[in-house]
Order: sequence, then structure tokens, then C-alpha cells
Amino acid sequence: MKKIDRSNKVRTGFHQAKWDEPVIFELSQAGERGVLVPQADPEVQECAGDVLAGLPPALIRKTPPALPEISQPRVLRHYARLSQQTLGADVNMEIGQGTCTVKYSPKINDQLARLPGMAEMHPLQDESTAQGILEIFHATDLYMREISGMDRFSFQPGGGSQAILAMASIAFAYFSSLGEADKRDEIITTIYSHPSDAAAPHVKGYKIIYLHPDKDGYPDLEAFKDAVSERTAGFFVANPEDTGVYNKRVLEFTKLVHEHGGLTGYDQANVNGLLGVTRAKEAGFDMCFFNLHKSFSTPHGCGGPAVGAVGVLKHLERFIPGPLIDFDGEKYCFNYGFADTEFGIGKVRTFYGAAPVVLKTYAWIRSMGPDGLYQVAKTSVLNNNYMFKKLMELDVVDAPYIPGKQRVEQVRYTLEKLFEQTGVSTADVQRRMMDFGMHYWQSHHPYYIPEPMTLEPTETPSKEDIDEYIATLKYIFEEAKADPEHVKSAPHSSVCHQLDESGMDDPEKWAITWRTYLKKYK
Amino acid sequence: MLQGFKRHPYIPNSEPSVEAAMLKELGLSSLEDLHAEVPEEIKLKENMNLPPAFASEMDLKKHLISLLRKNAHCEDNLNFLGAGCWQHYVPAVCDEINGRGEFLTAYGGESYNDFGRFQTLFEYESLVAELVDMEVVNVPTFDWSQAAATALRMAGRINGRKRLLVPATLDPQKLMVFKNYCQPRHQVEQVAYLASSGLMDIAALRSKLGQDVAAVYFENPSYLGFVETQAEEIAALAHEAGAEVVVGVDPISLGVLAPPVSYGADIVCGELQPLGMHMNYGGGQAGFIATSDDPKYVMEYPSRLFGICPTAVPGEYGFGDVAYDRTSFGHHRHEAKEYVGTQAALWGITAGVYLALMGPDGMREVGQAIMQNANFAAQLLNKIPGVNANRFGGAFFKEFIVDFCGTGKTVREINQALLGEGIFGGLDLSGSFPELGQSALYCVTEVHSREDLLRLSAAISRIAG
Repeated sequence: MKKIDRSNKVRTGFHQAKWDEPVIFELSQAGERGVLVPQADPEVQECAGDVLAGLPPALIRKTPPALPEISQPRVLRHYARLSQQTLGADVNMEIGQGTCTVKYSPKINDQLARLPGMAEMHPLQDESTAQGILEIFHATDLYMREISGMDRFSFQPGGGSQAILAMASIAFAYFSSLGEADKRDEIITTIYSHPSDAAAPHVKGYKIIYLHPDKDGYPDLEAFKDAVSERTAGFFVANPEDTGVYNKRVLEFTKLVHEHGGLTGYDQANVNGLLGVTRAKEAGFDMCFFNLHKSFSTPHGCGGPAVGAVGVLKHLERFIPGPLIDFDGEKYCFNYGFADTEFGIGKVRTFYGAAPVVLKTYAWIRSMGPDGLYQVAKTSVLNNNYMFKKLMELDVVDAPYIPGKQRVEQVRYTLEKLFEQTGVSTADVQRRMMDFGMHYWQSHHPYYIPEPMTLEPTETPSKEDIDEYIATLKYIFEEAKADPEHVKSAPHSSVCHQLDESGMDDPEKWAITWRTYLKKYK
Repeated sequence: MLQGFKRHPYIPNSEPSVEAAMLKELGLSSLEDLHAEVPEEIKLKENMNLPPAFASEMDLKKHLISLLRKNAHCEDNLNFLGAGCWQHYVPAVCDEINGRGEFLTAYGGESYNDFGRFQTLFEYESLVAELVDMEVVNVPTFDWSQAAATALRMAGRINGRKRLLVPATLDPQKLMVFKNYCQPRHQVEQVAYLASSGLMDIAALRSKLGQDVAAVYFENPSYLGFVETQAEEIAALAHEAGAEVVVGVDPISLGVLAPPVSYGADIVCGELQPLGMHMNYGGGQAGFIATSDDPKYVMEYPSRLFGICPTAVPGEYGFGDVAYDRTSFGHHRHEAKEYVGTQAALWGITAGVYLALMGPDGMREVGQAIMQNANFAAQLLNKIPGVNANRFGGAFFKEFIVDFCGTGKTVREINQALLGEGIFGGLDLSGSFPELGQSALYCVTEVHSREDLLRLSAAISRIAG
């Protein structure tokens, strides 16, 4: 035997788990049970009698729900197999989910959040029995204040988009309190901010004005001057935007809004590269939010549970969703003051927010310290700019705006040249990446940058991981030139082959549940 | 002076030699050279004022455990709180599946790399669809309040009307969410209830109904526990006025209680937390919305809707987004339906696991056990002098009002005394529903044994009897 050659950096031998698993209803065997349900004590049953007797017939279920009947090991195996067919960040090098900040979620934090002192707590327990979790909420509020410069945080919003809704609601409440709600009916945002910066304020009735970039990719200041007026309720923006370009004239923007009496709201979904470097307050923002499931490491859970922690300066504190948590020097307690103010927004969510997510955030901050958070920002920016330089050396990759200058934590690239040379699109490359156990995200719609590819390495990958990611992209670009059809027909080593989504927009053909599938396709 | 944290275990490239090599690759000499685009005037000059990192994972764990020990919880205490978050048994397989790192750490991938995420959420939609006996279910939203608020706005878009009628017995928290989410476009108005039964006052409903009412919303079981037995009549009256009927439901009741579509609901919504989620201090909430397959409804969902489809290979299942451009992720941004984003997908997967484990028999049995235990508890409490359990007298599911007015004690006093015995008494309603006097909302489920209920009644007898 001779030494086995492992010099190839690209995982050409990868194949994702593929179980050809049925849809769960197909596993049903009449009479099987997945779990035995606790029965009421015989004496209880006897005393209670026929509990349905007091109900009108229309309120009693006549036909049992057509749920499948499956024994426990078969249910477990089904879902365990489906989990293997999901490339979460624990198994996949998450370099490619730009704007999503998919970093390492420490296992210890998940273990702690599963303890009964967290999991088995009822939200309406007496405050005296919840001092531990209230202390965690309160301390995390204080940390968030220091990280942002804001004066108060609410953890109610269940994600970044609900936090934007909260910011729009705060703006609406604030101007209602000034008697200006009717007059101030516009929110300005940018096309490279998250679509929810437009969509969520629209729910609150705001007209949306989009700012396009200037030739350098910064929000166009001249256009902004024309857009800001006495009708401006707020300017909601990410910085850096999805391009990774930091708007260095941000102070001029926030100042202009304030001169016209409007509010400034900072979408800090992209804060990972700025922790401990610069803050919302110094950039002139009245409010901001952090995605705890992104920048603060809590796992994304396939898309929640999550928290979009929303913070405000003092003058907006009474409009923030509540209750808030105070410390009186001896004990932690709820502050329901918001409910007493005429214009407070009250609540955006039931109870206080996803408490386990706040706990994991607290644990993460305590495992990092101020120097650790600063290191997160620096390493995520170093990783990004390292990858940026390496990728820009490739002839088929480009990134519009500010050539030669640094980006923050992510870059929106364009594969337009690759497409022109080979006919292989970014969607093709994206699918082909999955044949190597990798993934990337293109862009929000519409694609202002053609053939987009948005990469955000975060602080999590090692240099070797980044080099492997780059090598894999390079391998595919070469393949696109030599054998474009192979890339276009990807994936080849994934769970499934290319979807036929031709029916997905057709009410006659779409099938959103198993029962409609069976009805439409006999 | 700004300091980094070298060789942090979560940050591979904080290793100094690697860091230096990467900086060199960029032609930079120190970390300070990064962030060149951020103006100096807004850069921090010192590290933030935060506590230093714990020296080890073990130290962190000890600290967190010491904090969590300051909490009392419902495994060590006997809990009768409900009111929107309820203690039910969580089968072990639910925790096993939602704890798997593949699901726990996945996010926004495509059907090819996140195939399992797409299939499990399609299955979740399909399983809840059977439970509510409807055709379409969304990928979950934040909680019941949001699901209902969105359902109401869907109704408003369907018929173009503005007024929303909701019961006066609604959870006050939910009313705040509705108002914030629906105003200024809509007005949210409460319909009075009958003091004797808690049921909706039909005369008041009639007087409020008109051609400008977008939707009538009610719940079964209601926030105050009783079953709204006039469901058919309320739905018929709303339909007569051309309004949509939106019904909120506790899904764990649906093995025994009728699915709302059978008495006229157009849009059904509710809270998934009972289906396999721990209470998590209110962090286990997730909301669902269900409708028919009519595009009039389907095209109004703001949520992701995962559908099944073929692939290029015969015999292979595929899963993807249905009508993606409805959502704000599509091409229309703010002109899409409300907004979409990270919400509560992992709880949707878990609710699917729960329903797959329970099957039709499990859902019937759990519903029966809950009603039997709750009924028994009310009977026991009613034997205590001055205590009026199930104040409204009618049918209820797992929650009921206990009126302590006859004891001369306040709920607060009683709950404080109960707490001393390791019992979390029912939610004090005297602030939110002052007309009910010194009343509390008690929740009894399948987790409560006969002995638990006897312990509660003995304690209340001692305290209030």
C-alpha cells in the first residue's frame, strides 16, 4: 500500500444523504401508536362523566383527524433521516449565507437553555419565582445598550422583520403623540437594505420611498436631499448595506433627517462586522435592532424562534413594546408603564419574546467579553476581505462599487462575466455548490446586481475553510468553461435533482398540503 | 486601547500567526487597518464596558446554572397557569428532533441543501391541515396573536373593508397586538359578552355588524376557557353581513372539539405551543393560519407556503415555495402581502413531530383527559365554601374561571399563600377583567394527576375556606 493522496482541496467525493424518504402520511399503518397519552385517573373519569355532554353537537368533532398512525421508532427514523438531508451550520461550512450571519452556535448555550429552570417556566409566574431569567433579560438589555449606545431595549420582536415593524410602530406612536401622524406618512429606505425595511413600515400605512445607490454604491445623497421632507417619518437603513459597502457619510444622512424632524432607524442585521468598532448612537440613529439569532450566535432553527432586540434612545422609550424589566436595587420586576401611555405601541408579541434566545445571547456575550466581541468584528471583516481579494483575482468574478476599497462583513459579487462567457448562471453555480456540501445565497429580489452571489464568512470559518470554499468555487468556474451542461444540470450529488416548479404559481397545480396533492393528482 | 481576544475557541482565525498571515495577504499590518471605510469620528476608542469573558466553558456553565437556580419552575412546583401558554406533556421525540443540530442550525438554504427542512415543514402544514380539516396551512408565524392579526388583515384585503370585530373576552395582550398591527388601516372593536355566560352578546354583535365589517373574530375555546357554543350563529351572522369569519383555536382541543371550518370559519388560526413545545417562559410560541385552497385566500398569505412538486428524475419528491412573489421576499417588496422573515419554523417542525406521534387516537385521548381532569378540578374547587369554580357555568376545555369573591380574600392573597406551598395558582383576572371581581383563570391539563388536583383543593380549602 502507498500513502493515500488527499491533496485535492475540493470534496469531489461528497454526496449528501439521500434516503428517498416517503411523505409521512405514507408511513401510516392502521393501529400503530407513536406515544401513549396520560389518561385521567379512573375516579376522575367517573366524577367527570361525559365531558362532551354539555356541548352542542356542532361543537363536537364527528370524524377523527386523518393523521397518520406510526409507531415511535418509525417516526423518529423518518425525522432523523430528514434531518440528515438538511445541511445546517453544524455540518456545513456556512460561508455563503450573506446577510444571514450564520456563525457557530455554541453547544453549551443550547444545553443550558434546555434545563427545566428555563424550559419549564411559565411566563405568568410570580416575579419572585423568575428572578434568574429576569436578571438575564435585564443584564442583556444593559449589554445591548453598551453595544449600541441606545438607552433601552425590548426583546419582544420575534425576528428582524418584526423588529422593523416595531420601529415603524414606534415612529407612528411618536408622531401620533406630537399630533403629526397624518402629516408624516413616508419612510425612506434603500434598495440594498432588507426588503422588510420597506415591507414592514408599509403594514403601518407608510408610503415607501426607495433610495438608489450612487456610482460608488453609497445611498445617493443628492437624491436623499430631495426625498427628505416634513413628510418624512423615518429613514430605515442598513449600514453596511447588503453589498458590504459602508456608507461613510452616514452622519450627513441622519443629520438631515433630524433637521426635518424625522426619526432614524438602524437595521443592524449586518452588525457582525461592527461590534465594538462603531455604534448606532454615534452614527446618529434614534433606534436600532439586533438579530440575536445572527450576530449574537443563537441558532437559526430553520427560521426561528429568534429575537430582533429593538433599542431606542430616551425620547422614544415610552413607545417601546413591553413590558420592560427593571431592577430596583434588590429585585427584578416588570415595568408595564408602556401600557399607561396613550400612544405606547403596547405589544408586538405575546409575553416577552423568546426567552431561551435571550439566555443564549447572554451566555454568548459572557463567553466573549468586550475583547471577544471586538475580535468577532475584526476577524469577520478580515475573513471577508481575505476572501474578497482572492475571489476578485478570478476572471469571472466581479463586485460593483468602490474598487480596491475594503468591505465590511460581506460582499455581493456578480457572476455576470461567467454567464457571458459560458452561459452558466449564478443559480447554476449555486446548485452545483451543493454537490460539494456547500451553499450560497444570491440576493433579495429584484436583482439590482446581475447574477448575484452574496457571501458572508463571519468569524467562524478557519483560513483553511475559506480556502476550500474558494477552491470549490474555482473548480466550478473551470467546469463551467469546460463542461457548462454539467453545471447547468446540477445538483448531481444532492438529496434531489432539479425541481420542476412550473406548477408552483398555478392554483390548479400547486399542492401546499398532502391532502390537496392527493386531491389534485389521483 | 482596543484589544482583541486571541485564540478564542469560537474564532479559529484569532490565532495570531494565521491572523498575521491573512492581514499580510491584504497588505495590512494590524487589525486596526481594517474598517478603513468607517469614519474615525464614530469609531470607539476603547473596548466596550462589558464584563470580561468567563475563563472557561465550565465557569460559564456554573454561572448560568447559578442564575437559573434563582428560578422556580413548573416541574418542581404545581402549576395552574395557562392564559396563552400551557403546560402539556412534551414527548421525548419532539425534543430529540428539534435538538438535532442539522435542523437547529439550518436557516435559509434551498430545496437542495435544506431538503429536510422543506419536507418537514410541508409535512407540518399537511398534518395541521388534517387537524383543522382545511386545505392550506402556512409555515408558522411568531405566535397566535400574530397569526390572528395577519388573518384579520387577510380578511380586510379580501373584502376591502375596514372594521374588525373581536370579542370583549379577548386576551388583553392579544388585543394590543391586534391594535398595533391593524391600525391605522383598520379599526379593532370589541363586542360585549354576556355577564352570565361569557358568550358573545349576539344582540351587540348584530348592532355592530354592517357592510363595512371586514371580519368577525372569536376563539374556541375562548381566552377565559369557555367554549363559544354560539359559533354557528356568529358565523352565519357575519356571513350575512359579507364579513369573513376568523376563528382562533387551541389545536390540542381538536381531537374532541369540532374543527372551526365545520361551523363556518373561513380562516382558522391558533397557537402551536401545546403541540410539543415547552413553555420556555413564553418562548415556545408559534402561530398557524389555515384556509381553503381557493386562491382568493392563498394569495393573501404573507407567509412562506411550501408545496410538493416533481423533479427532473421520475419518482423523486421535491419541495419548494408556492407563489413566492406574494411574499416580501419576492419581486414586489413592500407591495407584497405584509412582510415575511425569520419567525418560528423549528416549532412548526416540532408540532409536526407531535402530531405524527399522537395520531388520531392520541389527539382524541389527550383532549378527553384534559377535559376530564379540568372538570374534576372544577368540581373539587366548587366544594370549597365561598369558591365558585367555572363561574360562567357552561362547557369549557382546559381553563375555567374560579371566583373567590365569596371567600373574602383576594386572588393575590390566595396566590401568595399557594406559592408558599409550591403551587402556582391561576392567573389573577382582577386587573384585566375587574367586572369578574376576585377571579382567577385556572388551567388543568393532562399533566395533572388526581393527587395534584386534590393537593390544590386542600390548599385552597386551608387558605380560603
